[in-house]
Amino acid sequence: MSLRYMIPVSKFKKYLPKDYVELVDYGPFGKDYSDVGVKNMGTYKELVEEHPMCSGCWMAYYIKIIFASLPNPEDTVTIGTAGCGRLAISQAAVPFIYGNYGDQNAMASGITRAFRLRFPDRHKDVITIAGDGGMMDIGFSMTMHAWFRRERFTTIMLDNEVYGNTGGQESGMSMEGAILKMSPTGKKFGKMPAMQLAITAGCVYVVKMSPTNINKASKAIRRAIFAARTLGPTFIHAYTSCNIEYSIPTNDVFRDAKEMEKGRFAFEEYMTPEAKELFAQIESKNKREVS
Amino acid sequence: MSLNKTLVDMDYLLKEAPREKHFITGAQAMAEAVKRASVDMAIAYPITPQSEVMHLVGDIFAQGHIKEYYRAEEELGTMSAIAGAARAGVRLFTATSGPGLLRGLEAIVSWPGHRVPCVLGVLTRVVNAPLSIQPDNIEMAYLLHSGIVLLHAENQQDTFDMTLAAFAITEKVDVYIPVAVATEGFFVTHAKGYVDMTSEELAFNEPDPYAAPVPAMDNEVPPARIQRDAPVQKSNFMSYLIHSVWQQEIWDSNKRAMKYIYQYLGGPIEVQNPEADVFVLASGCAAAQAREAHRYAQEEGLSVGFIKVKAIRPFPKEEIRTALKNATTVIIPEHNIIGWLAAEVKAAIPNSGIVVDGPRVYGGMTLPVELIMEQVYMALGMKSETLQA
Repeated sequence: MSLRYMIPVSKFKKYLPKDYVELVDYGPFGKDYSDVGVKNMGTYKELVEEHPMCSGCWMAYYIKIIFASLPNPEDTVTIGTAGCGRLAISQAAVPFIYGNYGDQNAMASGITRAFRLRFPDRHKDVITIAGDGGMMDIGFSMTMHAWFRRERFTTIMLDNEVYGNTGGQESGMSMEGAILKMSPTGKKFGKMPAMQLAITAGCVYVVKMSPTNINKASKAIRRAIFAARTLGPTFIHAYTSCNIEYSIPTNDVFRDAKEMEKGRFAFEEYMTPEAKELFAQIESKNKREVS
Repeated sequence: MSLNKTLVDMDYLLKEAPREKHFITGAQAMAEAVKRASVDMAIAYPITPQSEVMHLVGDIFAQGHIKEYYRAEEELGTMSAIAGAARAGVRLFTATSGPGLLRGLEAIVSWPGHRVPCVLGVLTRVVNAPLSIQPDNIEMAYLLHSGIVLLHAENQQDTFDMTLAAFAITEKVDVYIPVAVATEGFFVTHAKGYVDMTSEELAFNEPDPYAAPVPAMDNEVPPARIQRDAPVQKSNFMSYLIHSVWQQEIWDSNKRAMKYIYQYLGGPIEVQNPEADVFVLASGCAAAQAREAHRYAQEEGLSVGFIKVKAIRPFPKEEIRTALKNATTVIIPEHNIIGWLAAEVKAAIPNSGIVVDGPRVYGGMTLPVELIMEQVYMALGMKSETLQA
């Protein structure tokens, strides 16, 4: 049903908004990933186009990659919370639930379990996408407990190391010594070890990265979604700088992301043996699919 | 595990199905209602005195009456997970008490606006310091302005009937907001009373997500939610406008629940001796004591009216105004310090001066009938022994 429910009957099509019809005709829904996906961005109707993010926003760029990487966009639901990210996520052509502060992983626990009750033989991908504040500060307990409970959905943290949307306050993921609002004399402790926490809490696939390479970023996102379908919770910790609060000139945003890749966001990938086996199966089946 | 049940509509279940008398606690009564409601999923988190309800719901999950059940991390996690699961179009139940209700309140007050149909058991206890686990229903005041439909059970029988009715009301196309069933912790949850119950082989019809007025976000029920215009974020003006029409609709939905309160529960109030000048009006456990006061008065040959308020939201303003039309005094006993019911009644009637604020007990005290009778004697111009002393 999932694909069929969005396709209008032919007689009704001309009355629908152009954007909707284009999404159905030229979007990624129901298409083979090798024909759409990140490699072909710019050649098909993408799930995220316009968004209200700041010029040079690395988070907006990464959100576009997330949506271009979805293995099954017609059967995906995203959940987010307050923060910059949701301004772009809510502009994606995928159902998005905007919950209360930091409760995205609790909501996802409820909805994935309910989906499995109603559609036991199908995959309904659920992805929570929230910032460092939403995941590691206000939503910390709900993030961690969803992992401890082995809830099968994907968690993506957009880490800009600051509360960007509320005006640049210190977060648990800010660097030690960072002078930000609410840390006027510098932050007194370091970044919370999100990746280690995820592994300890039972995530079956965990990646930390600065997404400078779209294929590599996409591969991690897809692996995280595939593993979450059957094996357990998965987590991606992505660097998505705030060029406003950290005063990164627009032209230097990519350079900054590359530098992070050499530093505290050096690529790290963790997977359980089961996840490794699963990826080998999926990726050998469709070599073209994952670069 | 699939149990052999006959599915029936709520009218039949509540009004026609044969019943058998049981002597059970309020917690059992609530769980027995859940057992008969074809609940898909229940989410639990412990707090006294609610825990017993969710233990029992866990047992009925293990017996196969419910399809999914888990213990969440804390109440905000519980209430948020309810909001998430509701988006998938399943029937939901949870319960909480006092501080747990307040901890989950951020999510709970967003349920109506998110059009989350579910049933919430509220087994009241003290929320304010010095903390105590004892019954006090001040927490219900925090629900009055949330948009949620709120029923208040007097006893174990009410708890059973109201909980069942709540499952039907919350899913009505013209309601589709959550329904809370509150009753006093310990006094009702841990005490036994007689409950006429239907057979557990009869259960409420299963929910139909395709009939929901707000389609589930399951990528199955049209319309497809692939539009990209999030209008609330477009401009402040749009944001004000959308919020205001949306919340007006929530409160209209809340009002529209009233006809189902008539249909399933015989109306939002119960009136005894409507011709009286002096009334005792109460809800929940206090109504049980007010009912006793009414009986004492009858025994003493005094004409005293009794009004039990079953629905707190929607609040039966007109019904109460009509019932108190000729009253000279209305005594409102409550199990809380602030007197939220008295405030509601004063706002509903044109002559709020007839309201006697109390008697009130709080922190878990019992409400002796004598306290109410003192006010009755005073209203009738009589002198009570206590007053003389």
